[in-house]
Amino acid sequence: MDGVFNALYQFQVSFSLLLLSAIGLAVIFGMMGVINLAHGEFMMLGAYITTIAGTNGAPLALAMLLGALGVGLFGAVMEIVVVRRLYGRLLDTVAATWAVGLILSQGTLILTGPSMQGISSPFGSFSVGATSYSWYRVALGLVSVALLIGLYLLFMKTKYGLRARATIQNPSIARALGVDTPRMYTITFALGSALAGLAGGLFAPTATIVPFFGVNYIVEAFVTVIVGGANALVGTPIAAALLGAVNAALGTEFGLYIGRVGLLLTTIVIIRVLPDGISGLIDRWRMRPTDSRSGR
Amino acid sequence: MRRGAALLRAENVAFVVFLAFMLVYPLTTDEFSILNTAYFMAITLMALSLAMIWGKAGILSFGQTAFFGIGGYLYGIYTLNVLGAGATWVGILVGVLAGALTAAVLGYFMFYGGVNDVFVGLTTLALTLVLQTFMAQTAGPEWTVGEARLNGYNGMYTPQISVGDIPLFGRPLYFLYLGILVGVYLLLRWLAGTRWGYGLLALQENRPRTETFGYNVRLMQVQVFALAGGVAALSGVLYASWGSYIDPSSMGLTAAITPVIYVAIGGRRSLTAAMISSMVLLKLSQSLASEAPQYALVIFGVLALLAVLFVPEGFVVAIFNALDRWIFRRPSAGERVAPSEVAADARRAG
Repeated sequence: MDGVFNALYQFQVSFSLLLLSAIGLAVIFGMMGVINLAHGEFMMLGAYITTIAGTNGAPLALAMLLGALGVGLFGAVMEIVVVRRLYGRLLDTVAATWAVGLILSQGTLILTGPSMQGISSPFGSFSVGATSYSWYRVALGLVSVALLIGLYLLFMKTKYGLRARATIQNPSIARALGVDTPRMYTITFALGSALAGLAGGLFAPTATIVPFFGVNYIVEAFVTVIVGGANALVGTPIAAALLGAVNAALGTEFGLYIGRVGLLLTTIVIIRVLPDGISGLIDRWRMRPTDSRSGR
Repeated sequence: MRRGAALLRAENVAFVVFLAFMLVYPLTTDEFSILNTAYFMAITLMALSLAMIWGKAGILSFGQTAFFGIGGYLYGIYTLNVLGAGATWVGILVGVLAGALTAAVLGYFMFYGGVNDVFVGLTTLALTLVLQTFMAQTAGPEWTVGEARLNGYNGMYTPQISVGDIPLFGRPLYFLYLGILVGVYLLLRWLAGTRWGYGLLALQENRPRTETFGYNVRLMQVQVFALAGGVAALSGVLYASWGSYIDPSSMGLTAAITPVIYVAIGGRRSLTAAMISSMVLLKLSQSLASEAPQYALVIFGVLALLAVLFVPEGFVVAIFNALDRWIFRRPSAGERVAPSEVAADARRAG
């Protein structure tokens, strides 16, 4: 019984880690085809804002919200100043966002020094059998699920969501029908950035706050987006669940490093079979009767 | 006569000037600067490998430092186990082959799986980071290959390239490294000018169309990826031998970004520009590092960002083009190459 609970607990920890790390990156990628290589630094920025707000007396939830808002704003500015100029030049976008990431992490190092006083993890712990577990990690799992439901409602039930989906499906026709696609891109980039900031804030109490905070999560974020593919609502959670299972199983058995190596190897094998990730598989399956759309 | 005139381009003139300078330089300076410049040349090989795949084949890899690390470590493991001066030369080959083989295997999974563009970047970056975290935890004595202790972040001490029983140092080492750098540069330039090289250029612009012309696009991608992996591994071998030391930070995130920045600033489409830019920026980085190491990376980040935004062909290539127009009175290289932006736009729309 204890073993089963432990396995479940480890799985949901891995799942929420992968999902939260990846969701912001996936939202941006799904909409724009752009991979934001400053993603890790956006998470770092979120963690810093949350920590600074938290240590100055803001309630933790408010501090995290501030982190998300701050990074979202930064993302909007970056979309307008950098990303927009590079539409149609995907590889250049990758190089440019990476340069931004480098500037952010090194700039933070210069401004705040090598580390910062963190905030402690709330809610305490509980035990099942002889093992002690953190309530906060359980909360992170619940937050991941809530976030997914929120994103589902946002994309399926709001005007923004409708326009966003139209833009994803066919930007030219969406524009012809009066959707301000450049604005959709800015909003979506801001949304993805805010999600990265929120993830950074959520992880802040569980990690040391250093300028290279983001590096600890980007492998997880990348592999989840690669396996998940372009559909952030369907592909990303399934990928997080799949890879979470691999990571939890290997991590508990052989330790953190082997867990990470396992993530990478699983991903490399999966891309051989599913180059468009799980989203591509689902698309193909849905399009089965009338495969009119050409494959990417 | 026409062929001679065609060779008279800013890029080629720059290479000749560069080579002449590098040949004369060790005669004018002290032992320390000579060794230091040998280090620049070792790292510059990695920039060349990136310029080859990114500039000539349109594959943006962040995994060059991973192959660099594999080359360095494999060289160390081999030379620590097989002792003797001859072994260090075989060790170079072992390191290079290990890097090329790893790249070929990864390339097979990526390119035959149909993975391209940004996903190649993500996968290669993930490889780099995973290798680093893996090597970082090898501090314990159980991580030993024969006589070679991997030693985690304490780093692995490797033998130096030797002739007889004497490790190469000073000018002989410098000229060995210069010979290798120039040799690899000429090899890559020659390859880029072959039928195969033009095929790469074609697949960079439009993969399906290149395929319909009868090129085996995936195979060519794997080949160029393996070639670049081998060159990056050679870079790692020369680095490990130069300092008789290698550690996991040589394949960390900061290490992975530097070749990309050097190549982006110089100009990815020109091997010459990438080589010169890398040498100059390494020198600049070192001068800055003694004053304020963090500022160097911020400055380079800003430079790379400005290059991508405003001078997409790269600063050095822009200078080449300007010289071509004003002095040599011929169309610049950029104008003779099909604009990849158009192709990329077409892909996006389609």
